[in-house]
Amino acid sequence: MRCRKCPHKAVLEIPRHHTAFCKRCLTEFVCGQVERAVKHDKMFTKADRVLVAVSGGKDSLTLLDVLHTLGYHVAALYVDLGIGDYSKRSKAKAEAFTSARGLVLHVHELKEDEGAGINDLANLIRRPACSACGTIKRHHFNRVAVEYGYSVLATGHNLDDEASRLLGNVLRWQTEYLDKQGPVLPASVDGFAKKVKPLYRLAEREIAAYAVVNKLDYIVEECPNAVGAKMLLYKDVLNRLEAESPGTKQAFYWGFLAKQEAEGGRTMAESDQAMLRPCVACGQPTTAETCNYCKMMARAIATKAP
Amino acid sequence: MKVLLCHPSREVDIMGPKRVKELLRELKLLPEAVLVIRGDELVTEDDILRQEDHIEIRPVMSGG
Repeated sequence: MRCRKCPHKAVLEIPRHHTAFCKRCLTEFVCGQVERAVKHDKMFTKADRVLVAVSGGKDSLTLLDVLHTLGYHVAALYVDLGIGDYSKRSKAKAEAFTSARGLVLHVHELKEDEGAGINDLANLIRRPACSACGTIKRHHFNRVAVEYGYSVLATGHNLDDEASRLLGNVLRWQTEYLDKQGPVLPASVDGFAKKVKPLYRLAEREIAAYAVVNKLDYIVEECPNAVGAKMLLYKDVLNRLEAESPGTKQAFYWGFLAKQEAEGGRTMAESDQAMLRPCVACGQPTTAETCNYCKMMARAIATKAP
Repeated sequence: MKVLLCHPSREVDIMGPKRVKELLRELKLLPEAVLVIRGDELVTEDDILRQEDHIEIRPVMSGG
């Protein structure tokens, strides 16, 4: 198979775009899609300091690589969740990657600062590890962005992540979450970072292919806590639909975004803004008196105490 | 040919030559969910894999 843009051999076929690319044209395609998302959705400019949340996986390292290549001012944040050897290996990938490019890497160690790894914390408070993990990561993403003065926080969520999350929310009619599914969430209150997902136009297979052809050393193994996760089931279902009818994933998610934009009105993120106030314990924005993170940590400490 | 698979990590022997598309069908894998790598090069569905090739089939899905 030949590249559709030049005479070289193709390395990736992209049925949803009726195309195939060689290494160089694939790299241009991925960078172009990220640039398009950043500009079209007014995510940030070259004047902004952008904090990229990295896990050592293909998505976050690709995002960091592309934004750095495009000339954006980026630094990285790794939250060490203390998941045994998996965390050690993924942290080593993040460290090697940022050090080779001369990028700043902030590291937050859960075991040092919270006193336990994610699995022990989740057990203490009797919540699934993935749910506690989400709360903890959001807290530290916000905290580090504020402490170090980053105006934007970027995560590596891709088209598959967003389409599968949308499918999960729609299947259970969790409409209250739908408004927060856009690729840009404005700063919840003044002084807090805006949250963006610059990879939302790219499928995870395209991102993985970019990582392979550009020899990005990422962690291939899956987080052990994700085994059996609902999200993987939704992704599998969407991949089956995509195989039969290429373009289904983007039609589903981008179609949702287009409808949301056409309907206009006040989004939940904007409604939230009116209700948010600083958490009495940590100062981070919350709609309650105490934020979820502080409630969770207080419960963990109370349970642990004799 | 030697084919390295993940989740769980294992190596299987498959008789070559064979097109990538046929290999994936034989292993009951969705092309959308994996990349096929020969040495350190990506191959497309119409490429023919030889008996002496070392192939890695790398999943692209993550828990999110």
